[in-house]
Amino acid sequence: MIVPAVISLAVLGLLFGGLLAFASQKFAVDTDPRVEQIRELLAGANCGACGYAGCDQFAEEVVAGRAPLTGCTPGGAKVAAEIAALLGLEAPEETARMTAQLKCVGDCNVAKKRHDYLGVQDCKAALMYGGGPKACAYGCLGYGNCVRVCPVEAITMGENGLPVIDTDSCIACGLCSRECPRGLIDIVNARGVHHVRCKSQEKGKQVRAVCDRGCIACRLCVKNCPVEAIHMDNNVAVIDSSICTNCGTCVEVCPQKAIV
Amino acid sequence: MSLRTFKGGVHPGHYKSATEKKAVVVAKPPAVAVIPLSQHIGAPCDPLVAAGDAVKMGQKIGDSKSFVSVPVHASVSGKVVKIGKCNSPLGGSVDAVFIENDFQDTWHESVKPNPDWEKMSADELRKIIREAGIAGMGGAAFPTHVKLSPPPERKIDYVLINGAECEPYLTADHRAMLERTEDLLRGVRLVMKILGVKKAVIGIEDNKPDAIEAVKKAAGAESGIEVRALHTKYPQGAEKQLIKVITGREVPSGGLPADVGCIVQNVGTCIAIADAVQKGVPLLERIVTITGSAIKEPQNMLVRIGTPVTDLIEQCGGFTSNLRKLILGGPMMGIAQPGANNLPVIKGTSGILCLADSEVAEDEIRPCIRCAQCVEVCPVSIMPLFISSAVEQGLYDRAEKFNAMDCIECGSCSYICPAKRPLAQWIKMAKDEIAAKRRAAAEKS
Repeated sequence: MIVPAVISLAVLGLLFGGLLAFASQKFAVDTDPRVEQIRELLAGANCGACGYAGCDQFAEEVVAGRAPLTGCTPGGAKVAAEIAALLGLEAPEETARMTAQLKCVGDCNVAKKRHDYLGVQDCKAALMYGGGPKACAYGCLGYGNCVRVCPVEAITMGENGLPVIDTDSCIACGLCSRECPRGLIDIVNARGVHHVRCKSQEKGKQVRAVCDRGCIACRLCVKNCPVEAIHMDNNVAVIDSSICTNCGTCVEVCPQKAIV
Repeated sequence: MSLRTFKGGVHPGHYKSATEKKAVVVAKPPAVAVIPLSQHIGAPCDPLVAAGDAVKMGQKIGDSKSFVSVPVHASVSGKVVKIGKCNSPLGGSVDAVFIENDFQDTWHESVKPNPDWEKMSADELRKIIREAGIAGMGGAAFPTHVKLSPPPERKIDYVLINGAECEPYLTADHRAMLERTEDLLRGVRLVMKILGVKKAVIGIEDNKPDAIEAVKKAAGAESGIEVRALHTKYPQGAEKQLIKVITGREVPSGGLPADVGCIVQNVGTCIAIADAVQKGVPLLERIVTITGSAIKEPQNMLVRIGTPVTDLIEQCGGFTSNLRKLILGGPMMGIAQPGANNLPVIKGTSGILCLADSEVAEDEIRPCIRCAQCVEVCPVSIMPLFISSAVEQGLYDRAEKFNAMDCIECGSCSYICPAKRPLAQWIKMAKDEIAAKRRAAAEKS
């Protein structure tokens, strides 16, 4: 009984194996081997920061010359150079490593609450009713949309209701920045350590009324910065990280402790 | 007699007894009237006055060139203090004209009765209605003249008047039907004339037998106007549901009442139309129900548009100590407010609800148990559970496939959900997102 079964299966196996071998030769689709190689080089987070539908499509587009070599933000300069070498192109100029930074210090201890909110626990949903429960019209709502969209789990919700960004694991894909309905997350040069963590364009008095730590536009940081890296923009101080030397003077002089 | 009904719906408690027997009281005119330039659906108005200008009662102070928009008028006479921001009952802050009241109530010269109002043509009447700033007073505040200008290829054969007032707590329309029955019927006849329709049905929920009787008696044997008692069921007063109940016709998905030959108007709107056409008075005041356990003396009040909510609360004896939630509108569809400050009454404000701790359920949002009660109660036959889970995952395209845009935001699903999920809010989010996507697509093409 066993012999005929073994023989018939072996024959079938050989037959189909032969068919498959023939088909794979005959109907082979020409693919550029470089696509696969580039795919291997990428960071592989499938974050979509390049603007394409995942790493696979980006690899195809880069080989076709339609996507920039530096398109893979998480991979940074290293990946860009590797891609350039593989494609036989000139390596692009090294760009600075970027990272996401939250521009709000208004946690639940310092920012005043205007009302309770019981609905869907989502920043955009909270914003639908009276502009969110916090009194500050610019502050972080704290329902963690950024935490949920981060593809590498670099953002966690802190104890005081403000998200905490782990800048070491951040790949600067920008998803959180685009998700935040208040636009409080900026993608900035990673070498800058200190940032003005407030985006309130209100005047000092109004800011004080709603938050203990918001920027009151007192200009002390602007006056004291030794390298003139700080300027005022719509009642809020902004540090230019390409000039900043990370000396920390602004952090010391800020009366509101809004620069961290 | 068994009454025809619609699919789904819920039966929340009525909570109307606090104010349904109380006659409308005229509220004190405000010291400063705050008149938002955007009180309706459609383009906001541009101000026609500047700070320092003297204005008279009934004077037009804001208008827009857009068709889907209505002007706003000064509800008091006095001086414009400033044009600044106020909180809108619809959420967010809007531009408003602040008028300091001189308490003279001097009428503007444009306000005068039309002695030959009975002979006016439909177009003249539409113009009067637009100039009087009339927008749907049931809550949505859709410009009435737009509703009364259906596309010519649609033949309208029914005018439906919404006196259902299916929202719990509210009694403004109920009192209007009792106290201004004649004006109501005059308004109905005007709407019929404008549309060239022979048949009007006034639908009233059967928990208001006195209103049904009063309107029936006033309408008498007059041909063409019928008063119909409706089941007390929420959302009986929703446009599409009312049409289904009264005519048996179903408005198609994405369609308008005019598609099935109907136009629906609220009773308050009809009264405003009668006032505007006969007396020439623009929409300056409305009936507002101020109620809830957290207010000392619940009342129905005739309130000037632009009266600050805080003034009215004061005239009702103030809050009891345990105010938990302040809602403008009814409890099912009204909008909870961050606070009463700098918040005026607008054309669509049917009620000011001051809910105490005991009236507010603050339950934890739990996972969906797939009981499908939301599907059962949904009056437009969509599946809230799937839409909400799609939105939770950010899959707005999926929400669109589940017909999120058909939602009338009645809130029956949130009301019935045993897991206390705010389903209606998720669907609202989906609608906002889908509408934004469609707008972006339209701009591109």
